[in-house]
Amino acid sequence: MSSLDLARWQFAITTVYHFIFVPITIGMGFLVAGLQTAWYRTGNTKYLKATKFFGKLFLINFAMGVVTGIVQEFQFGMNWSSYSRFVGDIFGAPLAMEGLLAFFLESTFLGMWIFGWDRLPKKIHLASIWAAAMGTVFSAYFILAANAWMQHPVGYTVNEARGRAELNDILAVLFQNTAVSAFAHTISFAFFTAGSFLVGVSAWLLVKNREKAMATSTLKLGLVTVMITFVMIAVTGDWTARIMTEQQPMKMAAAEALYETTEGAPFSLLTIGTLDQSRPVFQIDIPGVLSFMSTGDVNGVVEGINDLQAQYEKQYGPGDYTPNIPLAYWGFRLMIGFGALATLFALITLWRLRKNELPKGRWFLPAMISMPFLPILANSFGWIFTETARQPWAVFGLFKTEDGVSPTVGAASVAFTMIVFTLLYGVLAVIEFKLMIRAIQIGPEVIDISDLHEQVELGGDSTKKLTMAY
Amino acid sequence: MELTTFWFVIIAVLWIGYFVLEGFDFGVGVILKTVAKTQAERRAVLTTLGPLWDGNEVWLLVAGGATFAAFPEWYATLFSGFYLPLFLILMALIVRGVAMEYRSKYGDEKWRGRWDNAIVISSFVPALLWGVAFANIVRGVPLEVQNNVIEYTGGFFNLLNPYGLLGGLVTLSVFVTHGAIFLALKTDGTIRERARTIATKVGLFATVVTVAFLAITVTAYNDKLEVYGLAALVAVTWLSALGSNLRGREGYAFLYSSIALAFAVITLFSALYPNVMPSSLLETASLTINNASSTPYTLKVMTYVAVVLTPIVLLYQGWTYWVFRKRISAEQIPSPESGVLDFSKLSK
Repeated sequence: MSSLDLARWQFAITTVYHFIFVPITIGMGFLVAGLQTAWYRTGNTKYLKATKFFGKLFLINFAMGVVTGIVQEFQFGMNWSSYSRFVGDIFGAPLAMEGLLAFFLESTFLGMWIFGWDRLPKKIHLASIWAAAMGTVFSAYFILAANAWMQHPVGYTVNEARGRAELNDILAVLFQNTAVSAFAHTISFAFFTAGSFLVGVSAWLLVKNREKAMATSTLKLGLVTVMITFVMIAVTGDWTARIMTEQQPMKMAAAEALYETTEGAPFSLLTIGTLDQSRPVFQIDIPGVLSFMSTGDVNGVVEGINDLQAQYEKQYGPGDYTPNIPLAYWGFRLMIGFGALATLFALITLWRLRKNELPKGRWFLPAMISMPFLPILANSFGWIFTETARQPWAVFGLFKTEDGVSPTVGAASVAFTMIVFTLLYGVLAVIEFKLMIRAIQIGPEVIDISDLHEQVELGGDSTKKLTMAY
Repeated sequence: MELTTFWFVIIAVLWIGYFVLEGFDFGVGVILKTVAKTQAERRAVLTTLGPLWDGNEVWLLVAGGATFAAFPEWYATLFSGFYLPLFLILMALIVRGVAMEYRSKYGDEKWRGRWDNAIVISSFVPALLWGVAFANIVRGVPLEVQNNVIEYTGGFFNLLNPYGLLGGLVTLSVFVTHGAIFLALKTDGTIRERARTIATKVGLFATVVTVAFLAITVTAYNDKLEVYGLAALVAVTWLSALGSNLRGREGYAFLYSSIALAFAVITLFSALYPNVMPSSLLETASLTINNASSTPYTLKVMTYVAVVLTPIVLLYQGWTYWVFRKRISAEQIPSPESGVLDFSKLSK
């Protein structure tokens, strides 16, 4: 493999892996903050129990998100130095803002929250988890704005002499509709992921007949989160799809394996294509839906892959402008499919819960155990689709991925780092997974009521045992 | 001041923040097994870092991000050029973060022992490599103009020259001393005593290598008179730190070692200026604050952002240090031998 292929694989592996932890961190941060607020307001210990229990799971996950995130910040320079040179004037700004505004906020206040139970007055301790949660959302905004610029570059001019793109409108970069819609869609999905996580864990506890009071509350919280965010995902997804059709028609065509420009285009449920992927041999379609998704009109015209390829050849010169169609087509469907499946499970559970009971079928426990994983799969396929269906471009219409790789880093070096990262990530995944399972099996800790009414002084009391120690 | 110079200063400030803050927590990590023997002691030591280490590490991420935004050519050449050392640092930072967080989850001795080793090694590696990297930047590395851009063409082993390695020993020994001083300030009992002894012993070694390193730096890789003065300030503040430590004035010792680290970074950046990465081959192939920088517009935008946000960050991060200012002793660790995820904790 060339260093280009290896660098792409490395980016794919490290990014998809990193993004397993990110949505849980974002969504859970707020849900845990909400639970702690409920405890602060009501004084009901079931909420404190839930805060501590889900807080523990949140932190096991957070550690992985943090350490795998460092790689992302370095990777552009290490493997993609030509890309970094070309886009640095624009792309670096949101990354630096992310660090200054978001990373400091989340890491500092999360540290305060973890170790602050006996060092901070209750109110400030509660505020610290909210501050940390806000940090995760700011972080998401800036990195998605940077990514949106790769999907749809705005606010720049190209300086031919310096061989780079130069920023001339930062507000356009930060607030273009591509960024705002991607943010809305991704954050909705993050909450959906965290809600599903809550549902899975709580339902498991209930099936095992443990912690009924707490688990019933958190199950409901999770289910409501899933249902609300499902609607938000649908609305923002629709918005994102329309923007995508307008800005990157090839991506929408690839998502549908739509080869010929079509009026009143259908949404296909299943396609089997020819080996050269130039045309489908078998498709199951729902008429009009694709046109509606892309244009808002069932009779709207959706451009096909073959026409777009011809058009891009005229515009950008000879070359292959068609992304990997099966990957885009299936990535798009698996994203929707896994999300829909989790929603279905949540809906059935919610329906039974109106009579204060859980579904009785044998499918229920396996379904609940799958709940935390389904949105993770949906997230991963969504990003695999979004990034691969932009190819051959790194920055759409402006800069090709193949031109971005570091010229001074040999294939052997990239292969080496890729293999070691993958092995390390694999080992860490096993460790993390086991810790999670163990933490769920052990369940919430017993709350000592005598501790609860004490006033904590800022800085704590050094003659006492610590509440939290590494 | 030109914006390019201003951003050169900002980058230096970010590295000062990083070396002063994560410097001590690397140091604490390296001496973890030496300074703390029992489970209670080890956990007391790690808990001094608990609320702080992640915020400390963000200084590196922001230094990286700011370099990308303000000096993209520097970011691109440095990160692709110093490929393997940066990769090793990344591996260490990944393992280190996870080790801190997961180490005490189980009471199992083997589990904890492995993570303790991981913490020592993953603190040692970056503490050494940052020095090697910075020494090489100051010394100048093989940079050539290829296809209109300045690329590093030196490979990995080129970085392992005597001056580079000396730089590595400097950061390693200085961070260990700085970490020991921090522990003496933040712990009580046996750990505090051991930490002070380590600070004195390693501090002496650090003094020797640092003086040697600075002497070479100012004479061989510097053409400015004032850098001699800065190097002298490093030495003076460093010796004050060791002196304060000997007299048991731990607060002053930590303050002086932090200032010494800050002066050390200022010395290196001043020696560099206006280069950001001098070429050892050809002066015209050096990266400077001018040929590596972003456009004035981007620098202006980033200046607004930095000027507004940096003071806020300093305020709240400083406040965390205030909240967690109290000493931690081994006696304060609740049931040190067991972990929160031991099966004995299973609720009925």
